[in-house]
Amino acid sequence: MTGPSIEKSIAPLRSLVVEPVRFGRLFLAGDAAHIVPTTGAKGLNLAAADVGYLANAPTEHYCERSNADCGTKIVRQSSMTLLFDGIAYGMLLFILAVGLAVTLGLMNFINLAHGAFAMAGGYITVLLMNRAGFPFLLCLPIAFLGTALLGALLERTLYRPMYARPHLDQVLFSIGLVFMAVTAVDYVVGSMQQNIHLPDWLQGRLPIEAVGIGKYRLFIVVVCALLTVVLQWILSRTRFGSRLRASVDDPRVAGGLGLDVNRIFLVTFAVGSGLAGLGGALGAEVLGLDPTFPLKFMIYFLIVVSVGGTTTITGPLLAALLLGIFDVAGKYYVPKLGAFFVYSLMIAILVWRPQGLFARGTAR
Amino acid sequence: MSAVGSQNSPAAKSLRAYARWRWWELALLAALPLSWLLLPGQSLLLNEIAIVALFAVSLDLILGYAGIVSLGHAAFFGFGSYAAALFAKNVMPDPLVGLVVAIAASALLGLVTSVLILRGSDLTRLMVTLGVASILYELANKLDWLTGGADGLQGVVMGPLTIPFAPIAGFAFDLAGRVAYAYTIVVLIVVLLIARRLVHSPFGASLQALRDNRLRAASIGLSVPLRLVAVYTIAGGVAGAAGGLLAQTTGFSSLDVFDFHRSAEVMLVLVVGGTGYLYGGIFGAIVFKLLHDVISAWTPQYWNFWLGLFLVVLVLVGRERFVRPWTWFGRRHAP
Repeated sequence: MTGPSIEKSIAPLRSLVVEPVRFGRLFLAGDAAHIVPTTGAKGLNLAAADVGYLANAPTEHYCERSNADCGTKIVRQSSMTLLFDGIAYGMLLFILAVGLAVTLGLMNFINLAHGAFAMAGGYITVLLMNRAGFPFLLCLPIAFLGTALLGALLERTLYRPMYARPHLDQVLFSIGLVFMAVTAVDYVVGSMQQNIHLPDWLQGRLPIEAVGIGKYRLFIVVVCALLTVVLQWILSRTRFGSRLRASVDDPRVAGGLGLDVNRIFLVTFAVGSGLAGLGGALGAEVLGLDPTFPLKFMIYFLIVVSVGGTTTITGPLLAALLLGIFDVAGKYYVPKLGAFFVYSLMIAILVWRPQGLFARGTAR
Repeated sequence: MSAVGSQNSPAAKSLRAYARWRWWELALLAALPLSWLLLPGQSLLLNEIAIVALFAVSLDLILGYAGIVSLGHAAFFGFGSYAAALFAKNVMPDPLVGLVVAIAASALLGLVTSVLILRGSDLTRLMVTLGVASILYELANKLDWLTGGADGLQGVVMGPLTIPFAPIAGFAFDLAGRVAYAYTIVVLIVVLLIARRLVHSPFGASLQALRDNRLRAASIGLSVPLRLVAVYTIAGGVAGAAGGLLAQTTGFSSLDVFDFHRSAEVMLVLVVGGTGYLYGGIFGAIVFKLLHDVISAWTPQYWNFWLGLFLVVLVLVGRERFVRPWTWFGRRHAP
């Protein structure tokens, strides 16, 4: 039977995830926590996963930390926990974004595709662990090396012609790369959220009464802090570091003095991409990993770089810590405002100090 | 002084020649209503194209003429869209009044946010514009009692389109989009005429001066901040008109209008069509929407990949060479 349509309307498909799903002692599960449109076809799976988590969570809580008293103590605990989670988040963001800061500072190149390298590292880890059975700790260096190689390759072939172009071209070029990365991963691996299974010794919390510290978060903080110290040492104490700093300050003069600025940049770009990949691997458990990762976290990386400035690495570090703490605390205490708070803070800071909060007064 | 100021000086002549109507401009303006007559079955698609074109014209005003790289132009588009939809739902369903409200609201938003883009580098402006769009996205998401949150704003019923001061009944929006497309074309042509007058005025010339060299423009006595505020406000209003048209012709407004995707897409549309001559948005929108239509019919889920590839190749080859295929295999000049 055929005939003209007599009425049209747009059927909105709802897709929503409440964040966070835990408010104090209230846990959300099923439709209260997330609604997935029928096209997503994973409503029941998610609900089943909720049941699994909710069955384990109280067991863990009461078996590992048997303080059953409620009230002020729990509130204080959670604020300390939040602070620690914020620091872990911030450190992770720093490792993810530090390569971007150097790219921007060294070649004045706006690389919106930086998150794609982080995603590559995350997927290398997930695929190696889940399909090839590699141990977690072995996957981390592989993620670093793999993305560093990828970064070096892309720098040589695609990025280098872009340095002299106007910022508009760079933005379009890197957005194009992001779109390609997102869809390619979606095509190859699928659009579902990826989970990694952490080794047992990284699961659960430390047995300290006053502060609830997740073991994995502590691991992240330790690894990232070590990396930061090493980076700072390389930058300030080694010959390569001083060459890099010279090139950042003035590439033309550095080149005139005989430094091979292109090579320095190749190495830096590769290391920066590798660090992003390592951050993606570490963060797969905390930040979540799905093909939209580069788009979702693009603004966070850019906030770290633009607020922190690109002339030092302490600037982005402080900016990342601030962002991590404010974001975690803001989403916990005022979930109604969501990321609103962080964006407003960023705009206020950038209007107040356009070159970044911690930038030295350079001419660039 | 007299030679420079007079009507027959070389400078005045070159400015007049620059502002002269070209034959293809007239042909383009005539082609818009003709497409309504000749392609009656494609009105829905054409309506979308015209809205994207209007949005891209707005971006051209700030990017092509004033040189501001914005990653959050969807802020104005979305603001106009929600303003028009809310006005129709809560105040009155008349489309023309609603459009004026949408333009006024987003022009006001442009005025307020223009102070944010006056300082800093390209990166700072990218971040600030992106931040404004993200804030509005969050607001529209969280103020669900007003905007419907993630469900979008439903139940917008538009009244018939009446012609002011004409003693005839209004035209109700039909399913095939005939009235909607006619409405959008008229708005697009009016905006193009106003924008054309604007960019060929002394104000438009001064915008191009400050785009090319801000320091020099300031040192010959142009007030750079005031001009940027003015053009940002106007562009905000035009983008709001595009958003308002979208909400009115689809009867729906959702979070999608503030999405990053929209800001990136309009930039692509404009760059494909060419910046800085006002009509780039129209050509870009036609190419982009037709490509979208063809590729997404072929591979609906992964069409973003081809969009990304297109962007990368376009930038690597360079737009100037990309639209001139005969130069691809010639001798390359050193840049």
